[in-house]
Amino acid sequence: MLFISGICVFFAAAVTVAIIIFFFKYHRKTPDAVGITIHEDWRLEAVWMIVPLMLSMAMFGWGAVVYVDYRNAPRDTLDIYVIGKQWMWKAQQPNGLKEINELHVPVGRNIRLILASEDVIHDFFVPAFRVKMDVVPGHYNTMWFRPTRPGRYHFFCSQYCGTNHALMGGWVTVMEPSDYAAWLSGSAGGNANPVVAGEKLFAEKACSTCHVANGTGRSPSLNGVYGAQVLLADGSIVVADEAYIRESILQPNAKIVAGYLPLMPSFQGQLTEEQIFALTAYIKSLQSQPVPAKGAGIAPPAGKR
Amino acid sequence: MSNTPLTPDRELPHKHYLNASYRSGLRSWLLTTDHKRIALLYLASVTVFFFIGGVLATMIRIHLLTPGGALVTPETYNKLFTMHGVAMIFFFLIPSIPAVFGNFLIPLMIGAKDLAFPKINLLSWYIYVVGGCFVLYSFGTGGLDTGWTFYTPLSSVYSNSAVTPAVIGIFINGFSSILTGLNFIVTIHTMRAPGMTWFRMPLFVWAHYATSLVMILGTPVVAITLLLAGLERMFHLGFFNPALGGDPILFQHLFWFYSHPAVYIMILPAMGVISEIIPTFARKPIFGYAFIAGSSIAIAVIGFLVWAHHMFVTGESTYAALTFSFLSYLVAIPSAVKVFNWTSTLYKGSISWDPPMIYALGFIGLFVIGGLTGLFLACLGLDIHIHDTYFVVAHFHYIMVGGAVMGYVGGLHFWWPKITGRLYPRSLSRFAAVVLFIGFNLTFFPQFILGYLGMPRRYHTYPPEFQVLNVLSTAGASILALGYLLPMSYLTWSMRYGRVAGQNPWPATGLEWKTDSPPLTENFEVTPVVTWEPYDFKNRPDLGLATGAPLPAPAHGDD
Repeated sequence: MLFISGICVFFAAAVTVAIIIFFFKYHRKTPDAVGITIHEDWRLEAVWMIVPLMLSMAMFGWGAVVYVDYRNAPRDTLDIYVIGKQWMWKAQQPNGLKEINELHVPVGRNIRLILASEDVIHDFFVPAFRVKMDVVPGHYNTMWFRPTRPGRYHFFCSQYCGTNHALMGGWVTVMEPSDYAAWLSGSAGGNANPVVAGEKLFAEKACSTCHVANGTGRSPSLNGVYGAQVLLADGSIVVADEAYIRESILQPNAKIVAGYLPLMPSFQGQLTEEQIFALTAYIKSLQSQPVPAKGAGIAPPAGKR
Repeated sequence: MSNTPLTPDRELPHKHYLNASYRSGLRSWLLTTDHKRIALLYLASVTVFFFIGGVLATMIRIHLLTPGGALVTPETYNKLFTMHGVAMIFFFLIPSIPAVFGNFLIPLMIGAKDLAFPKINLLSWYIYVVGGCFVLYSFGTGGLDTGWTFYTPLSSVYSNSAVTPAVIGIFINGFSSILTGLNFIVTIHTMRAPGMTWFRMPLFVWAHYATSLVMILGTPVVAITLLLAGLERMFHLGFFNPALGGDPILFQHLFWFYSHPAVYIMILPAMGVISEIIPTFARKPIFGYAFIAGSSIAIAVIGFLVWAHHMFVTGESTYAALTFSFLSYLVAIPSAVKVFNWTSTLYKGSISWDPPMIYALGFIGLFVIGGLTGLFLACLGLDIHIHDTYFVVAHFHYIMVGGAVMGYVGGLHFWWPKITGRLYPRSLSRFAAVVLFIGFNLTFFPQFILGYLGMPRRYHTYPPEFQVLNVLSTAGASILALGYLLPMSYLTWSMRYGRVAGQNPWPATGLEWKTDSPPLTENFEVTPVVTWEPYDFKNRPDLGLATGAPLPAPAHGDD
């Protein structure tokens, strides 16, 4: 930032000063006076193409490093789901505690927000943390940050989203980890737990009739799937992250697991974003369950393929 | 009032394009195929849209005087900034310099009688008017609240305003742009006078050649994109709405594929204007002619490859973001080349302080700030923070208003004597240029700071800590408004009462100055033959200047 500002101020000042000096120094002396004929000098042209090019490449490199770091969250994140809708934000803590236009996070942890929209494009922007990310309907976007100081910080919607766009904001509260834990346990209700809610939905929507845990069903077992690699019918391999799980629920035929038939109906339009979060949370909770030898959704280790 | 002692008082020519009486009255204007008259039709119509956009901007700035919003409801505020953007971008900035000055000057500058397709040229204006009527209809019947970017699914599903007529209007208007671009390209290729080689063409013509390429290649894409959004809205076809299987990000790719190059449609012609004014008022050849001409083409080409830098925080792939950031830095280089060459042209010149020069130097100052702040936005890491804040608003107003509009007003002052045959008050117009420069900076510089502090765009209400900078910006806007009203008044006044200019009041070297002011309908009595190099004051005895060099020649670069 300082580097770019410095370069920019230098060039702006250089051009301005040169113009002002020339403006007065070479002011027309007599009405019919002409200037000196100087056509061009390729050495000068080369200098003022190459030097700015090198400087701008340095700016590009610095920005790229920051950006790549921002787009690749570390592994040990605290995941919070955030839903944007006209014109409010709903956040859901890992234990299911829900907040509206508020977000509580512990200091010193890597926080990852998983962002979904129920209607138009929004954008979650925390100026004090220098982070923002669009919240796009039909996509999951993620952003991460690591709060370093307790306090309350503004967040805004920064992608224009209709009438009350400017009112769609709130506060991030950064707390000491112990305060955060106390806050979580003080206000959470048992049935709000997304894993519990997801397990209930998994039965209600009859997911469990096909996705049998021991691998004997018509569809792959979901034990251990989250975060693992999945072998698809076309031979490619995908990582089962939130976006993959979401897509598999809404558009099951987009990616068929190897060895299975495209039997699953689409749940497009039948689940709210929150219900998808709950199902995802439940599927994530199966990560630690024993993976059956046959009928698992995940790809075999590279050697056994 | 006195302009230059070189020009004795004289009479307007007996016969010229304004009084040519091949038909009478309004009819002779509405059915004209004369490129100069069509240019004036455009001048009148873009002024209408500039005025509408300006009134809306004034209301926006008054509203933002207080954190809670001083003037209107949220719905109305959203309509104000949307309609401001649509009126200014699609109906003022994009046609302004090409359709007014390009139309008027390209045939004169290359020694032709008219554009290649005079009737198509008139058709372009009618298409523009029809498109404009659709948009005005949308403004009048419920307004428009989607933002000028029409992002889906807000525009195609959720908005309750008159999106459909506006989209149809912009779709129609696109054809006006395409036909104008086509006309310019064919004219420049085929109708240059004897001796007018490519590298003797004024840089204004080069800039319009590059602009025309962007117009004919880019405009169809935005027309189709907005049509798809309109179809989704009217018939629920799923292109962009995820509930119907579409993808809202696709809209952004298609939209910016045109709308980023469109920025160059707006700024390249202004750069062309500046490249005419600087050598004329420094009375020496422009420094690095070939580099300035080439940089126009480079900007047009690279400008097509940077669109996704508007989308760094949409979740696009990291590799795409890296590529587009890199290309965005590349496009900065040809712009820098132009600025360095203009500045070098001043070196050892004979610089007059005539009004067009003041505007041109103001342009360079504002364009430099606008361009350099683009480097902040192209920087991936920084863009995460300043994207969609007032920093972006300030950046593009520096380019679009500080750059394109300053170039437009500078061009008006430069060619006004050619267009109307009369001069305007000299001191008053220099004063207006300074007012414009100061008012502009006071309006938009605080917005860079607002954006860096985190104030998002398109907010009808804002946290109280941002108020001081917003009040400063509004104060600047009132000075800026004066800076526009002054030229509007004295230029109008001068059409009747201004001193007669004569053929070449400055004097300048271009062919357009070798004919009457105002010119004949046929432009030239006999087809001119070009035997001189561009911007050469030394070997042009017809200009009536001292031809000897008053200072010793420099060590290099002289010829």
